[in-house]
Amino acid sequence: MSLNFFMQNLINALQWGSFYALIALGYSMVYSILMLFNFAHGDIFMVGAYIGLGVSLLLLKIVGTGAAALVPGWLVLVVTILISMFLTAFVGIIVERVGYRPLRDAPRASAAITGLMIGIILETANILFLGGQRLAFPQLIQSHTYNIGGVFITNKKIMIVIVSIGLMIALHQFVTRTRWGMAMRAMAYDFVVVPLVGVPLNTIAVMTFAIGSALAAAAGILFGLAYPVLDPYMGVSFGWKAFVAAILGGRGSIMGACLAGFMLGFIEIMTVPGIQILNRLFALNIGSNLRDLIAYSIVLAILVFRPHGLFGEPYSAKLRL
Amino acid sequence: MALLRVEHMTHYFGGLRAVSDYNLEMEPGQILGLIGPNGAGKTTVFNLLTGIYRPSEGRILLDGEDITGLAPHRIAARGLGRTFQNLCLWRHMTVLDHVRMAHYAKISYGLLGAFFGTAERYRQEAEIERRSRELLELVGIGHLADQGVLNLPYGAQRRVEMARALAVEPKVLFLDEPTVGMTPEELSQMMNIIRQLHERLGLAIFLIEHRLKMVMELCHRIQTLVFGEVIAEGTPAEIQGNPQVIEAYLGKETVE
Repeated sequence: MSLNFFMQNLINALQWGSFYALIALGYSMVYSILMLFNFAHGDIFMVGAYIGLGVSLLLLKIVGTGAAALVPGWLVLVVTILISMFLTAFVGIIVERVGYRPLRDAPRASAAITGLMIGIILETANILFLGGQRLAFPQLIQSHTYNIGGVFITNKKIMIVIVSIGLMIALHQFVTRTRWGMAMRAMAYDFVVVPLVGVPLNTIAVMTFAIGSALAAAAGILFGLAYPVLDPYMGVSFGWKAFVAAILGGRGSIMGACLAGFMLGFIEIMTVPGIQILNRLFALNIGSNLRDLIAYSIVLAILVFRPHGLFGEPYSAKLRL
Repeated sequence: MALLRVEHMTHYFGGLRAVSDYNLEMEPGQILGLIGPNGAGKTTVFNLLTGIYRPSEGRILLDGEDITGLAPHRIAARGLGRTFQNLCLWRHMTVLDHVRMAHYAKISYGLLGAFFGTAERYRQEAEIERRSRELLELVGIGHLADQGVLNLPYGAQRRVEMARALAVEPKVLFLDEPTVGMTPEELSQMMNIIRQLHERLGLAIFLIEHRLKMVMELCHRIQTLVFGEVIAEGTPAEIQGNPQVIEAYLGKETVE
């Protein structure tokens, strides 16, 4: 495998991993404070992508397209991301308020299936209102391909990776530097003492859902830019894979969720050239459609050796950095 | 006017009456003891007063204001601080972080302040850190401020809880068995700390304790709770001489 070829796949893996990482963060944050995985999170990613679609179409209608546009495409994109993150945060808040808060003292299994049901409701609502056909995501920025020493990089890929990493850094700052972030870390340990030092539990829980959902919305829009076809079930398999990343990273670990997201992207992308190399070396005939089978077997193997995930700790699932 | 006043507080867990017709008058600067056999409902009284449970009946007044049924974080903000019988610490945070966290309600800089590091943020953070270290000094663990709480000996962990409870600037400090499981040396240190808190901060302290010697030495007044009912209330001397108390409580245990 030439270095160029490796670099090319590495760039692709970084982009692909960005999506996983951004979504995995939402799973991990909610888990750390409520001790349950919000299984609706994959569908919130889908909702975020659709909200992004709606917002961007609306903005394009206002400012115009092509040469007649009042503002450049990248500005539309930035505004779209910000507005969609804001709106999707409210979806997350509603999910917490309607689905999780009433069940906070219920058995964890009941609260867990809440997420599944909300997910199904969101998918069905999408089909009901939008008819269920695939929709094209508008290409807000012109695609350029740069040839850097034989490695082809598009401006979109660079942007996606930079925006994702920027959001992760912002989240890290939030958790370390604000009183709310600190309260999230403390709330990961108990629900009893934290309010007794003056922290309103519900506010923090709502914030966690809002932030997780906003990050998922960002992932949805970036995904729409890279793969401009949205369908109501896009959140299902993507959500599950990001969930795998959240576990692989170690439950409740922010750093873990990010790194595991990128790692998962890397494993998935690299499996295909891996298969080709194996085929050539041993004269085999493995189809690249076995990608996920092989990629997730590798993940399984990692978990066998590190059952608590990369940054996980035994008996602890607390929000860490 | 009483600092903390409880009128006819009753609480049911399902059909079980855990606390019945509990009354309390606590003056500023008073050290009050709550004693009683295991399962008498002492911790339940604390949980009711700090808002973890909402009383089925009755009223709780702090400084003349009705705080019955308020959310725990609001009650804390009005001036009740508390420690726990079994330690409730945030295992991966440092000692200093525990006390800093308890300043939550006093932080007023927002998101922008946090991200861009405004002067206001630095001022507030510096003030909180200074106060936190002061409180840690007060309970005698100033030198452990930057340690993780997991590494500390038991006695020091208890003091972290105390410093954290003090950080909310309570009018009344609730201590739920602060000496349980302590060595005799740690015990006498803890008694000194409680005395100091009382003298230096003029704090009213409500103490649940099993070591009767300590209760008798520290407290101005003592309530005896048996099966959720106060069977006797009075000065240490009165309680020691009360035949009902002796029968219900002292008679069954050896006095240290």
